[in-house]
Amino acid sequence: MSHMTDLPSWAAIVVCGLLLLGAAMTLIGSLGLLRLPSFYDRLHAPTIATSGGTILICLASMLCFAVLQSRWIFHEMLIIFFVTVTTPVTLMLLGQAALYRDRVEDRRDVPHKSKPASEPDAE
Amino acid sequence: MRAWFPYPLLLIALLVMWLLLNQSAAPGSIVVGVVLSTLLGWVTVKLQPTQSRLHRLRQIGSFSLVVAADIIRSNVAVAGTILRARRTPTNSGFMTVDVDLENENALALLACILTATPGTAWLEYDRRQKNLLLHVLDIENEDLWRRTVKRYAAGLKEVLK
Repeated sequence: MSHMTDLPSWAAIVVCGLLLLGAAMTLIGSLGLLRLPSFYDRLHAPTIATSGGTILICLASMLCFAVLQSRWIFHEMLIIFFVTVTTPVTLMLLGQAALYRDRVEDRRDVPHKSKPASEPDAE
Repeated sequence: MRAWFPYPLLLIALLVMWLLLNQSAAPGSIVVGVVLSTLLGWVTVKLQPTQSRLHRLRQIGSFSLVVAADIIRSNVAVAGTILRARRTPTNSGFMTVDVDLENENALALLACILTATPGTAWLEYDRRQKNLLLHVLDIENEDLWRRTVKRYAAGLKEVLK
């Protein structure tokens, strides 16, 4: 880690700020998992970590290595891209599973599928 | 040629990605990259992706700027909601929006955008009735969310055809 001392102080300050902000965002996301009352509310919490947290931390890493000129910033772009593209898959899977369960249990507070009159639904 | 390399752009993109990830242009990694991307090209044929073209490149810039601003705003808003969750109960709820998008790629992009926006969670899209079931964290601004989603859908419709 000796080359870290090559980082000029303005860059170090910005990198630290971005890292701390990103870490705080991720922490808040995890806190949301703990605090929010219903399952559907809790679906929102991790997306803070995957959008805000990931992007801020990756920005910090990009800036650090761009200033040091030791490495391509391409890896972070890939991380952001793949995290953004793959999160909806997990989220939809969880959301639809919960929706399905609640509909089978016939809970009141869940919107029911508006069925077309003729054909019965697969559910 | 077309049978061997069904998606030339994908092949080049994968090859470049492989070389950049390895950070070398040695003959060995080029060979492995070409073999890998050719194989993945054949896999992609099996997946039968719907191809769509990008239109109006100038609008893509402004569209992504608007989306980025919305995502940042929503991040801050949801962080506030979570931090205040102990004192004030969250006011969340379901809503449906009519989204008239046929294009699968546009729908996938819309899903990515809505998921990256922490205030909204995509639950279900009904292809027959063309409406989208969302769960939003602050249902008070239901109209605002509805307008935002519609604006995204309109923008995606113009950009992807």
